[in-house]
Amino acid sequence: MSHHHREPESILSLRVRALESLLVEKRLVASEAVDRIVSAYEEDIGPHNGAKVVARAWVDPAYKQRLLADGTEAIEELGFGGVDLRVVENTPGVHNLVVCTLCSCYPHALIGLPPTWYKSFEYRSRAVREPRVVLREFGVELPENTEIRIWDSSAELRYLVLPERPAGTEQLSETELADLVTRDSMIGVAVVRPPRAEVGAASRRGAGAE
Amino acid sequence: MEAVPSREIADMAGQAALPRKNGELVFDEAWQGRIFGMTVAMSHDASFGWSEFQARLIDEIARAERVGESSSSSYYERWLRAFERLLADKGLLDAAALAERTHDFETGRRDDVF
Repeated sequence: MSHHHREPESILSLRVRALESLLVEKRLVASEAVDRIVSAYEEDIGPHNGAKVVARAWVDPAYKQRLLADGTEAIEELGFGGVDLRVVENTPGVHNLVVCTLCSCYPHALIGLPPTWYKSFEYRSRAVREPRVVLREFGVELPENTEIRIWDSSAELRYLVLPERPAGTEQLSETELADLVTRDSMIGVAVVRPPRAEVGAASRRGAGAE
Repeated sequence: MEAVPSREIADMAGQAALPRKNGELVFDEAWQGRIFGMTVAMSHDASFGWSEFQARLIDEIARAERVGESSSSSYYERWLRAFERLLADKGLLDAAALAERTHDFETGRRDDVF
């Protein structure tokens, strides 16, 4: 980022410094606020884009089909790109988990920056060796007969989990659905929960089938 | 609160879309981050609405393409022009003062670092 060697400064850079100095003088901006904003935007793109993709797949079966057939192309339909993507679907009998055993390949464009644990040696090795235990530590209890599939991300191909749509969300709009989708659920270390108000309704119906 | 990224800004579409690599914002040079941050900060403080800035940005991008400006003139150069225009339109910036201040930095009469 910052250059320690002294190069002739570009006219654009000089002009922007002049601009900032004038705006600070007029109290129209504060340099600390500018710092905070730049780092917030640099670091926190968040899982928002991936959530939109998931919600679209939940409400539009044809889109879901295209997404599972060719993730790269299907996310371009929504304006996201720059990544070769395969989307893997969770179903009642199959749970998918994404890891990058070599480093920390991750679909940034869709789910932001990888969490620290994703990059840890512990996760990278244990997710493959004992995924069921790792999932339990993340709070995901899977039935014994659920198959767990591990996907090893690479620089060439990234994976995104399409989580199961929670029960009792039939009335929600696509946008409301997207709000339920967490980063962890798209890595496969969480399931998507229904909104709080729905939890009561689900247990009233007897959600023992979980 | 002001540092929480706004979707309106982060998700700008089409040619106005922020340059990214792997989903992360890319500032090739430090000044690009500064001009981005100043614009966002002033929109948060309601000096102007984001749409007012975005309209001028789209305009500057279109103009650069119309006059066949080399594609090496970066997205943030167009951003800078749009920002200056908006400030002028709002009466917040005097072009002569900016020219003079730039000159001060160029000649070393001033050396504030941001």
